Amino acid sequence: MQESLKFEKSFAVEGGSFQNAGNVSGQIKSVLKDLGVPKDIVRRVAIICYESEINIVSYAKKGTITLAVTDDAVKIETKDEGPGIPDIDLAMKEGYSTATAAVREMGFGAGMGLANMKKYSDHLIITSEVGVGTCVTMMVMNVQKLLHPDLPPVNLR
Amino acid sequence: MELETLVRELNLKVSCAAGSLKREVKGGYVGDLLSDVMANSKEGDIWITRQVHQNIVAVASLKDVAGIILIQGSEPAHDTAAKANAEGIPILVTDLPAFEIVGKIYQLIKP
Amino acid sequence: MTLKEVQDILEAEVLVGRDQLQKPVRTAFAADLMSDVLAFAKPDSLLLTGLTNPQVVRTADILDITAIILVRGKKPSEETVKLAEELKIPILSTRYILFETSGRLHAKGIKGCIEKVGGEI
Repeated sequence: MQESLKFEKSFAVEGGSFQNAGNVSGQIKSVLKDLGVPKDIVRRVAIICYESEINIVSYAKKGTITLAVTDDAVKIETKDEGPGIPDIDLAMKEGYSTATAAVREMGFGAGMGLANMKKYSDHLIITSEVGVGTCVTMMVMNVQKLLHPDLPPVNLR
Repeated sequence: MELETLVRELNLKVSCAAGSLKREVKGGYVGDLLSDVMANSKEGDIWITRQVHQNIVAVASLKDVAGIILIQGSEPAHDTAAKANAEGIPILVTDLPAFEIVGKIYQLIKP
Repeated sequence: MTLKEVQDILEAEVLVGRDQLQKPVRTAFAADLMSDVLAFAKPDSLLLTGLTNPQVVRTADILDITAIILVRGKKPSEETVKLAEELKIPILSTRYILFETSGRLHAKGIKGCIEKVGGEI
């Protein structure tokens, strides 16, 4: 991925503040549009970014979302300092949520965040340590580019 | 149909971004759960909701919706209005509940 | 119209209440937040929702809702189905989104069950 890296940037997300929730996702979307990334990919990345950002805001003290763009893929990596997830399989289940009532009334906490992140990315790896925090790495592949006959083989790491 | 036309036909109150009404409304989406709206709404949809907090502006912007209609006479919160005006996201208000306003919109955009 | 006609308009699957499809239907209400269902649902109305938990069935029972229409292809949990069978509340599921579901029913003459908030109960 290193050779064809077109863009890389880390964005800070403040935990607990819904005031700015979505700002980072908006910035990432702008960057992707400026880079000429195909629309359907921008759409999927916007969803996984937003869900990630809301998770950090909802549960963590703080976190970062890192964007990396190549010709073949968009990678979103999130890292947070927070409570961590004791049971990842359970957390990934649609409808499972640990959100407070106040958060639910805003329309969050429907238990779809992680499920959406998995659904709209092509690869997702999640690691977590209780009392420390959570990391999620997601890739959205540029399928059209990958299927192009003139391309060299893709190096997926 | 242009958003401006929809506003006129349905007698909607324009609460924010009155200068951004020349957008094309391609469809509609009703949703108060933001993950659902993020996952399932489409670009150009008119988004019908009763959520008034400022996160609706982020979602509306990320999904490139044509605008937001708040139902049952809900008014946007102060910071919501500020954000919507700053970003040019139209927020419109109707007294009607979701079912009725959707029915009327549907008649206009999908005859 | 009858619940059977609602099923046809929405190309819906009947999950509970195959024997209740002749029930008359005149009004409908859409809600995705539990608190809205509680606050605004009216007797003899259809409830259009994406909520699939058993509390929705309890509420439907208390408020004399005619039937629950699940949208966006949502399917109820086993617990929800059992409760609905017990309380005799029909549940249908349509793949149409709430916007499309409301639009289609409204076009065929179903009315909203409240004019606006603050109106007559």
